[in-house]
Formats: sequence, C-alpha cells, structure tokens
Amino acid sequence: MSKVIIKLGNDISTDDIYPGRFMATVLPTETPQFAFFDRTEFNAQLKARAFASGSIIVGGENFGCGSSREQACSTLKGHDVAVVAKSISRIFLQNSINLGLQVVICPGLEAGEGDDLEITADQVLNKTTGKAYEQVKLPAARKGIMDAGGLIPYTRARLLAKQS
Amino acid sequence: MGMTVVEKILARAAGLPSVKVGDVVEPRVDLAMSHENAALVINQFHEVYEGTGLSAKVWDPSRIAIIFDHRVPAESPKTATNQKKIRGFVADHGITKFHDIRGDVGGICHQILPEYGYVRPGYVVVGTDSHTTSHGAMGAFSFGIGATEMASVWSLGIAVNIEVPATIKVVVHGEFPPFVGPKDLILHLIGKLTAQGANYKVLEFHGETIRKMSTSGRIAICNMSVEAGATSGIVPGDAETLRYLREEAGVTDPIPCVTPDLDASYVQTVEIDVTRLVPQIACPHMVDNVKPIGDVVGTRIQQIVIGSCTNGRLDDLAAAADILRGKKVAQGTRMLVFPASSKIFAQALDKGYVHDLMAAGAVVMNSGCGPCLGVHEGALGDHEKALSTTNRNFKGRMGNPTGEVYLCSPVVAAASAITGVITDPRKG
Repeated sequence: MSKVIIKLGNDISTDDIYPGRFMATVLPTETPQFAFFDRTEFNAQLKARAFASGSIIVGGENFGCGSSREQACSTLKGHDVAVVAKSISRIFLQNSINLGLQVVICPGLEAGEGDDLEITADQVLNKTTGKAYEQVKLPAARKGIMDAGGLIPYTRARLLAKQS
Repeated sequence: MGMTVVEKILARAAGLPSVKVGDVVEPRVDLAMSHENAALVINQFHEVYEGTGLSAKVWDPSRIAIIFDHRVPAESPKTATNQKKIRGFVADHGITKFHDIRGDVGGICHQILPEYGYVRPGYVVVGTDSHTTSHGAMGAFSFGIGATEMASVWSLGIAVNIEVPATIKVVVHGEFPPFVGPKDLILHLIGKLTAQGANYKVLEFHGETIRKMSTSGRIAICNMSVEAGATSGIVPGDAETLRYLREEAGVTDPIPCVTPDLDASYVQTVEIDVTRLVPQIACPHMVDNVKPIGDVVGTRIQQIVIGSCTNGRLDDLAAAADILRGKKVAQGTRMLVFPASSKIFAQALDKGYVHDLMAAGAVVMNSGCGPCLGVHEGALGDHEKALSTTNRNFKGRMGNPTGEVYLCSPVVAAASAITGVITDPRKG
C-alpha cells in the first residue's frame, strides 16, 4: 500500500521537477536534494525523509514535459517514490524506464493527498475511495529494458551478445 | 501504402524495406550529439562496460558531436570540472566534432550542427537535449534522448527499441504579413495543438510558406515542435536545404534528400493560413498559453532577451538591429543579446548589427544557452518579467520561480525594448 504524498496539476515540467540551475549536478547520489526545489515545503519534506519508501506522486496530463535532463528522473528515483499520472511526456517516460523509476499511466485516476493506492499489473486501486482505474500499458518495446533492470544492464547484455 | 518522411528514414536506417506506425525498430544512428551533459553520458557509458572485460570504446568517434553551450564560460568549478572531464574523453576517443568554448568555432549545439554540415537530409540524429528536434529543419529525423540512452548509442551505434511514430501533417499557406514570421507561426501552432497535442508524434511541415522559408526560420519551427510534445519536427529536404548546405555550410559531397510518398498516411492534417496571422505571445507559465499580441500589449518588462537556438541567427539579429538602430533601450529595461554561434556573432559584427544593438544599450553576450534556462547570465529578480525569443517559459525557467517569461519573435522583442512594455511592432 502506498500513500499519495502530493497531487500535482497538468504539464508538470522538468524545470519544476529539477530546476535548470542545478543541472551541473549530474551524479544520481547528489541529485535528490534538488527534487521539486522551488516547491520549498515539499522539497524539505522529501529531504527530511518524511515519506515512506514507495510513496506516490500523482500528476495530471503531460507529466515531465520539457527537457531531456535525466536528473528529473534520478532526483525522484533517489527518494524512492513512484509517479502515477494521466499522461507522461515522451522523453521523461523513456528516461524513467531507462533508469528504473516506477511510472504508471492512469488516465482516469482520481486521488487526493493522503489516499492509499495499490498499483497492480493493470490497475490502480484507490483503497481510500474504493475505486479502481485502468492503467495504460507501457509500450511492449520497453519491456525488455524493464525486465533487464534498466537500460544499462540491457545495453551491457546487447554488447556482450554482439561480441560473442 | 506509402510512407511519411520519418517512416522512410527509419526504414532505411533499420535496413528494412518498409515500416509502419507502431513498429519497433533499431535504426543506425548517423549523428549523436550532446553538450555539457556528456559528463553524465560518460559516467553511464563506463557503467555499461563495467564487468564486461571489454574496453570502453565509442562505436564511431566521427559520428559523435559534443558542443559546450549550456554554461559557457563555466559558471562554477563544478561545471568547469565536468567540461575538463569531457575534454579528456574527447581526446581519448578521437572525437573530432567537438566545439569547445571558443570565439571562432563555438556556439549553441543546435546551430553548430547545421552550420558545419554535420546534419544531412535523411539522417537519424539523437541528442541529449530536447530541442534536438531543431535538426528536422535539415530533413533529418532528430529527437531528444536522455544521458543513459546516449551511453547506449555510444556503445551500440543504434537507438534501441524505437517505436515508429505517427505523423501529423502541417500544411502552411500564404505570405507572412509585415512583422510576422516563423516564430509567430510555431507559437500559433503550439497554442492550437496544446503542449501535449503532438506527444509521441512527428510534425511534418509542408506548403508554399514552408517552401519559401529560410533554413533559419525552419530551424525555429522545428526547434519548438517539442513544445507541442512532438518527438520531432521535420521539413523534408528540398532546394533550400541544398542551398543552405552548399552555400552556407560548405558541403561539397552529394546530398540525397528524402521526401514522403504522395500516398503516405497521416494521423491528422493541420492547415494554417498565415496571411492574417498577427504577432503571437506565449504567456507565463506554459508555452501553449499563446495569445495574440493585442491581449498583452502594455505589460511592463524588465528583461528583453534576443538569441538562443530558437532565434539567435543572423536574420534575427538583423531584424532587431533594424528596429533599434538610432534608438535606445528604455530605462528600467535591460536587453540581452546572445547570438547562436561565434560565426553568427562575427557576421553580425561585420554587418554592424552588434554596434547598432550596443549603441542602443543592449548587452551583447557570447554564444550560449545561459539566460534561456536560468543557469547563469541573465537570471530574473523576484517578480520580474522577461520577454524573450527563446523557447520555454516554464515557471522558474529564467532562474527565478517568482519570475515570469513571455515568448515572442525578435521583432516584437526589439520593439518592446524601446518602450519597456510589450509593444506591437506593426504600430511601433
């Protein structure tokens, strides 16, 4: 069971998730401190580890629009949160899969802060309201990368296969 | 069934006779571009090779381009150290398409690639920057990827698991009225489609307006295609593409163009007549919050920005200089100009534009991305407003979450610099 720790609107940009002025920081061990930096209260709670592992950020349409900066994914992965949104922009979704950040596309989802959600293979169940919402399956093409545990091990395996 | 231009490009690059929307392909990459975030790509690249016993060598150093532009010259020891690390990698791997911080061959990545003829029609181009869509202006299929994906490309030379995207056909008719141009067209289109209207799709541009449009204008519209969510924007290679590559980029070898089939299948067609288009403004804080200029005329502006990969080319600087020549930037408004490349800067010097702009009170800066994303140079003060020819106006974009960014064309920016408020150049 996972709690919704923040509910965000549509078009949450990568500048919102990870402001451009911190882009010189690239190491995944260092990026989490800047997550949602300009939402000062939420950022402070993230940094204080006020949320349980597996907590959920709920977004609206077009979550992660904007930059290709991968820090927008590593910063969230570092806090061990998942993202459930009505729709997710292309590069952010791909980066999330590549890095192993859990992202779920759920167009009909209705959930407020504090609600308990359960994510299954094809649904998101809002246990607080008792309603279930269908997930949009991630593209089948991505499955190989997810099964391998991310793009690095996937590419490593491809590279080794090429050599043999 | 015929193919769109991107379907044709992907089929060739994947070694297939044909592809259709939704197919998963692995195209050979013709050019892989990154900037300072190559520091992260290098980390991920070494991680790919860890424990394999293989020596970490990029697949083809001649197909990798690295251009320093986001934080030039370095704004912090951290950036300077990242840049130093990248220089070492470039030397170790023999990467030749490297543009360091220089006043002769430096510039913004999306300008350098066409300017040096690195991108050709029909190429598959990937870049660790979302505005890699710019290179669709050269008839290439080019799209933004993350650093880890780039590390994979550096290792394998292919883009893994790419789904063939659906294409939206955008047909543009008519002649632009005075003081209206490509930037107004793309802002209008984004407003119409919304910020996610083209998500996972390609915008393929056609019509007589596009055919007559300069490469500079085409770069501006393809650059901003990503702001409608598009994977890529593309103008199929034509006579203007060949003219630019021959005359301006100095390319001498054969340049085959890829064009879509007449019976290609499009998911949607958008028709636009620019004959009566008025100057467009994207208002804070979303790039699809587009309004005709009349709705925001008179808004007080503290910072005007002209430049960037979107509108920092010679024609943009010329348009601004023509308006500002003999005039002064309003007191209480500061004007920053950053040409898209060193070459453009030099041309603007030769033609006197830099002098005109400086005499009017503008600060002309070196080529780079600084002010656009608030990394350094040109951050906004609390609650200040900027009017900018760049491509994004997300909250916090110019370095201050209380600041507000309005996006416009170079002529609107220049006319507004004189008055200090958003000004319609047609009435200036």
